[in-house]
Amino acid sequence: MDRRSVIKAAGIMSAAATALVALPRIAWAAYSDSAFKAKGAEDALSSLYGGSATTPSDQVKLKAPDIAENGAVVPVEVETDLQAESIAILIEKNPSPLAISADLPAGTQAMVKTRCRMGETTNVTAVVKSGGKLYTATKEVKVTIGGCGG
Amino acid sequence: MSGIRIKARERNGVVDVKTLMKHPMETGLRKDKDGNKIPEHWIQDVVAEANGKVVFSCAFNTSISKDPYLSFAYAGKKGETLTLSWKDSAGESASKDVTVG
Repeated sequence: MDRRSVIKAAGIMSAAATALVALPRIAWAAYSDSAFKAKGAEDALSSLYGGSATTPSDQVKLKAPDIAENGAVVPVEVETDLQAESIAILIEKNPSPLAISADLPAGTQAMVKTRCRMGETTNVTAVVKSGGKLYTATKEVKVTIGGCGG
Repeated sequence: MSGIRIKARERNGVVDVKTLMKHPMETGLRKDKDGNKIPEHWIQDVVAEANGKVVFSCAFNTSISKDPYLSFAYAGKKGETLTLSWKDSAGESASKDVTVG
C-alpha cells in the first residue's frame, strides 16, 4: 500500500466511523417504499395515511405556476390555516406520484415549499392531514419541457 | 463539507428556514450518452432539529428537483442551534448546524 492509498483508506474509515456515531441519534422521517413507489395517487395515499378518502378544501393553499417551461424545476408551495399534522404533494402523471411527505410537530407552521420535477402537463395535489382527515387542493401545471427522464 | 446551505431567521417567535442541499437526485430514468441507465440515487429523509427536538421532518421522492430546495417555519428563538440532516438511498448522509439569526 503506498502512502496515497493509506491516507485514502484512513479517510474512508473515519468517514464511516462518523456516520456510525452520528446516525442513531437522528430521528429520521419514515421514508416508506410502498408509498413513494406507488404508481397511483390513491395507492400512495392509502399506504401513507391508511386511507385515500379526501375532501377538497379552500383552506388548503397550493401555489404552483400555471405554465412551467422547465419541468425539472417547478416551485410548489403548500400552506394552510388548518391544524396540520402532515403535508404531502402528489404529482398525478409522474411515474410515482408522491413527491414529498412532511411531518409537522406541534409548533411547526403548516407550510412547506420545495421544487419538484414534472414529466408532462399534470394535476398537482396538495394533501393536508388535519384531525385525522385529508384535505386537498389541486392545480394543473402545464409543462413545456418534461423533467423526469431524457 | 456537507453541501448543505441553510438560512434561518427569527421574526415574531417564528423561525423561517430556507435550505438547499447539494445532491444529484438521480431518478433512475435518465440514460448516459452510451444509453446505459444511470442508477437512482436520491435523498429520502430530511430532519431538522432545534434544542434536541425535531421541528420538521420529511421524506422525498425522486420527483424532487436536483439540489433540493426546502423551506419551512417553526416556533423558535434567535441564537438557538438548528441542525439539518439528510440521508439518501445509498445510505449516505450529511448534517449541518446553523445558528438562528
